[in-house]
Amino acid sequence: MIHVENLHKGFGEAKILKGVTTSFEKGKTNLIIGTSGSGKTVFLKCLLGLFTPEQGTITYGNTAYNELNEQEQRDLKEQMGMVFQGSALFDSMTVAENVRFPLEMFTKKTKKEMNIRVSEVLERVNLEGADLKLPSEISGGMQKRVAIARAIVTNPKYLFCDEPNSGLDPKTAIVIDNLIKEITEEFDITTVINTHDMNSVMEIGEKIVFLKQGYLEWEGDKSQIFQTDNKAVTDFVYSSNLFKKVREAQLKGL
Amino acid sequence: MFYLQQIGAYFLMIKEVFNRMTKPSVLRKLILKEIDDLVINSLGIVAFISFFIGAVVAIQTALNLTNPLIPRELIGFASRQSVILEFSPTFISVIMAGKVGSFITSSIGTMRVTEQIDALEVMGINSLNYLVFPKIIAMLLYPFLIAISMFLGILGGYVAGVYGGFVTNDEFIAGLTDDFTPFHLVYSFLKTFIFAFLLATIPSFHGFYMKGGALEVGKASTTSFVWTTVAVIMVNYIITQILLS
Repeated sequence: MIHVENLHKGFGEAKILKGVTTSFEKGKTNLIIGTSGSGKTVFLKCLLGLFTPEQGTITYGNTAYNELNEQEQRDLKEQMGMVFQGSALFDSMTVAENVRFPLEMFTKKTKKEMNIRVSEVLERVNLEGADLKLPSEISGGMQKRVAIARAIVTNPKYLFCDEPNSGLDPKTAIVIDNLIKEITEEFDITTVINTHDMNSVMEIGEKIVFLKQGYLEWEGDKSQIFQTDNKAVTDFVYSSNLFKKVREAQLKGL
Repeated sequence: MFYLQQIGAYFLMIKEVFNRMTKPSVLRKLILKEIDDLVINSLGIVAFISFFIGAVVAIQTALNLTNPLIPRELIGFASRQSVILEFSPTFISVIMAGKVGSFITSSIGTMRVTEQIDALEVMGINSLNYLVFPKIIAMLLYPFLIAISMFLGILGGYVAGVYGGFVTNDEFIAGLTDDFTPFHLVYSFLKTFIFAFLLATIPSFHGFYMKGGALEVGKASTTSFVWTTVAVIMVNYIITQILLS
């Protein structure tokens, strides 16, 4: 579980996060949504320890991040996996080398043990046979699956995903969403996903946090998001024509 | 003020490069890869340029020896001095600022743009140590490249001078060995080590701290070439002033 208390972050005069307080539960897919510029990415980077908050605390389990020394912060980071928006795979490494990278850096496994673990994880994300390919030789959807495999190869306690299905076709996006949800449940990890894709919200949104201009505007689950009267949330949700038509049908009682 | 900030940031980066070392087994592989990318892959262009510039130096010297009182041995002497003192260490370094420097800046810059550096940071890895330290170690082999350049430069001068009919074999060899000062080699290799450090770190700095997208990667490569060249020329002047004047 991750608990965020009164989080503030700015850059110079610009205040990006203005006192966000929320919790992300273990074994659930937690989604951060909001329009562009709402502070989603800064919030996620604060959770990852890439940005230092000006005020507030982030607690992982029972451990407050800002109370840890540098070594303890690095130890905690080893328990985190991250799937970047553009996958962020290392260009010069093959698929297998990308997935093996965290094992080489942080474990004392033998080469044989690492190869077994890499094969297991690649099999889990349905990428058997792609291990010798370079990232440039595989599709965007496959790159995302490699990124997920790399993120989970060390059995992290926390998984963070920044717009994991951006740039993917709707069918592949659903495959990626479901894969993340299955992995979250299977490994009982705390997953936080940054997205503005309403299909993801519908598919896997067990907890949804809506940010607006740096404030936490609304939080709930995927069933509650269609019931809320919060104007900012309804404007966001029904900005899509498909959801607008669903809403109109609902209101007409169809 | 901006330039002072940049210089300060550069030295802070150097300090961070030597902090929190990457696992030795991983580092070993990275260093071997960098030796291949930065040194071995530069052998061809360095050999080609050195041989032909050495040849041109010999021909130019010969063509300007119009006074019959000046001995033809000067062709060998001039080839040796110009290649050892300046051409190989300094001008090959300027060429390497373009070849190796732009490679380093664009590869690190692309890693920045595509969030690969963020990925390293999220894993708790000191990305500066992981990316820059292997390059510094690999460039310790740069003086070997310069030694090859010196040999080929003088060989080029010999071939052009002797087989071009400007000087005899004995005259060239006599000039080559005449008044040789071993300290000139010390001076030359000392500055080569410093240039190697600059060639590894200044382009890394420009790549690592770049902001923006693909266009900015290209701009950063150009900026890195300019500043690496400026640094090489400045350091060359300072070392020459201290050691030879």
